[in-house]
Amino acid sequence: MSQAAQATGQVPAAGQRISLLRVLGPAHVWALGVGIVLVGEFTGWNFSADKGGALAALITCWFVGILYTSVAMIDSEVTSTVAAAGGQYAQAKHIVGPLMAFNVALYLVFAYTMLEVSDSILVGDLMVTVAATDGLTRHAFVVLTIVVLAWLNYRGVLMTLNVNFIITALAYLSIIILFFSVQPWSQGVVLKLNELVTPQNALPYGWIGVIAAFQFAIWYYLGIEGTTQAAEEVRSPSRSLPYGTMAGMITLLIAAALTWYVCASLLPWEYLGFTFFPLFDAARVTGSPTLEFILFWGTVLSAVASANGCINDAARAWFSLGRDRYLPTWFAAVHPTYRTPYRAILFLLPIALAFAFIADLNQAITFSILSGVLQYTFMSINIVMFRNKWPLGSIRRGYTHPFHPIPAICLFLLCAITFFAIFLGFGSQLIAMVIFYVVVSIWFHFYRYRFVRRGDQFTMPWPKPKGY
Amino acid sequence: MWFTLSYIAWAISAALALWMLYDWFKTDTAYSEDQLTSSREGEIEAVSEKHKV
Repeated sequence: MSQAAQATGQVPAAGQRISLLRVLGPAHVWALGVGIVLVGEFTGWNFSADKGGALAALITCWFVGILYTSVAMIDSEVTSTVAAAGGQYAQAKHIVGPLMAFNVALYLVFAYTMLEVSDSILVGDLMVTVAATDGLTRHAFVVLTIVVLAWLNYRGVLMTLNVNFIITALAYLSIIILFFSVQPWSQGVVLKLNELVTPQNALPYGWIGVIAAFQFAIWYYLGIEGTTQAAEEVRSPSRSLPYGTMAGMITLLIAAALTWYVCASLLPWEYLGFTFFPLFDAARVTGSPTLEFILFWGTVLSAVASANGCINDAARAWFSLGRDRYLPTWFAAVHPTYRTPYRAILFLLPIALAFAFIADLNQAITFSILSGVLQYTFMSINIVMFRNKWPLGSIRRGYTHPFHPIPAICLFLLCAITFFAIFLGFGSQLIAMVIFYVVVSIWFHFYRYRFVRRGDQFTMPWPKPKGY
Repeated sequence: MWFTLSYIAWAISAALALWMLYDWFKTDTAYSEDQLTSSREGEIEAVSEKHKV
């Protein structure tokens, strides 16, 4: 197919190859990453206060910030080199091997689908809370969120991420407006941090509470690695992916710090660890109807942006599995007009709807976090193997992350702490999920891998790895 | 009012879901399976990246 036809998305003639469209820029990458994550500031992170108090929520905000900065740096280097849909799946396939790649793709699909479910439940719950009407359930709003976003994703990636850019920016702006409206420069006027966080209640459960808080502090930044799923649809992967990912990470570090400061200064830690809408409640506490209105819509838009990005990412991971025959090739179809992985989008739609009806928010969040942390653990090992097999200078990298292997070591250690924290809170789910991945790995190794065309799956024109 | 909104939400969801199913059927009957699944990973890299540093 000609480049002009690819760029404009013209309907292909018979016999022409149909590919995903390369139409995205760094702003779309930013919108994808920050869009998925920003909902974590509006809900999720605050449960870390329940685990360890307000100060634990701040300490873990910093340490988990280091974890995700490492993720962003490592991801930027590898993905700017392995620019393919599927992101970390394509990385694992080329660097570690097929079994790891299969697992990583499942981590991705689980993490994003469960996050999409959580987001849509959040939108539904928020509507029901505001409506305050007896007998009204969230189901209609949950289904509307999932179906409308699936339709948007079905119709094309450019419009999907243009919409995400606008609604993510509006949601981010709502945090900034709240921050400046409460006069953060003069404590005691509106904010009461020194009254709400005291030496007596800062760490109510001691340092073990800080460790336990890691589980939900993940929500400050969960999903920024999703930027890599756009790799096959950005015009210049080696430039756009590192730029969009790192800009997104900086945006989120600022958002996390502002969110903690405002919420911890307006809400007691016991309530902060309990509510589902910390920023919305912080706005309510100010007594300003305008702020309440802005933060209500900020929360809704952040959840919608997150679900939108999750549908985009889960579908690309599923599509990539089909393209390599790790799953039936039926899933690898690209829509001839919209150039989207439409069958993968449609296949995952009823799955998300089913989970939205049967799962509660805490379960969905926990499954999403677990899959995410499994993926980050893989990334710490992956980057070491990548540098060993293809040292600097052997292949062209769009971005080279500094201080290797310190980010990989930090990432691995912080993942180990987070696993321990999850085990403390949701040990049975952690074990169940690990058993699930072991079972599907056995199925893949002994049954499914026979259908894979082994030479075709390695597509990067790289030299042989060092030592091979 | 909120119940009316929830009915509208159901109606929009059903309409969009039906449209996607219709378009899926239309697309799958208009194009061959080989063409729909002809996307290949790494097409751009094979052309533009020689990896000679």
